Amino acid sequence: MKIMLVDDSRTIRNIQKNALAVLGHTDIIEAADGVEALSAVAADPPDLILLDWNMPNMDGLTTLKIIREKGLKIPVIMCTTEAEKSRVIQAIQSGANNYVVKPFTGEALAEKINQTMEKLAAAAT
Amino acid sequence: MNVRYINPCVNSIGRVFMTMRWVDITFGIPRLDAFEGIRPDVSEMIGFSGDASGSVVPSFPKLVAVKDVSQFAGAELDVSHEDFADAVGELANMAAGGAKAEFDGLDVSNGLSSVITGEGHEVSPSNAHPQLIIPVKTPFDSFHVCVTMKIEKPAMAGAAS
Repeated sequence: MKIMLVDDSRTIRNIQKNALAVLGHTDIIEAADGVEALSAVAADPPDLILLDWNMPNMDGLTTLKIIREKGLKIPVIMCTTEAEKSRVIQAIQSGANNYVVKPFTGEALAEKINQTMEKLAAAAT
Repeated sequence: MNVRYINPCVNSIGRVFMTMRWVDITFGIPRLDAFEGIRPDVSEMIGFSGDASGSVVPSFPKLVAVKDVSQFAGAELDVSHEDFADAVGELANMAAGGAKAEFDGLDVSNGLSSVITGEGHEVSPSNAHPQLIIPVKTPFDSFHVCVTMKIEKPAMAGAAS
């Protein structure tokens, strides 16, 4: 499974990469903001996107909306410091499949990824 | 400054340390005081605005900052490392994001964080805002979290000062 990490913090992307490697996910692509992410999605769509909210150039919510407006159904998990319920609702209504609040543990990230992929697999059958 | 807005800051910082830095910390007694006596080597500054305005500024001696950030990033990061400021800033974002989610009844937005490095620099927030200092002890050494906050939402202002 190819996973795209979209976060302006290289440290966070590294932490996510390490957590995903433990889970056996090594096919990773990275983007530092929404503009880079959209360009990478157009060139080579990933199977899953972990998307930060607050980023320069283009924030995660705008990126998510554009992905959905294009009709792309790539699963997106928001991974953000935005912890308020209103933000979670806003993201889900905009097309996010799941939501991880930073700070997170590797276990919590794994659980959300599994949960998301299982839901999509169940919906597809 | 009302305890209902101090506790979210303390809780959030504790959560970030326990989750991402994997170190135990203990909090000292918060005190309303000016920041003049705090002379850190590394500070993370994140401002917020909306129904409340102010800033959260964790301020570290160099040793604590380097140890904490290395622990968080899973790699040795000295102050001069290109990812050091990025890692410190992300920690500040997490702490501020968690705190504002617990600001009951207040809609608050965080600004982008800034990282300040410089031996023994001075932290000088606006004097118009009440200043709160939260001492924090880590296994490496102590640091301080300096919080300024002014409630802008009229209905809540009486409860906050």
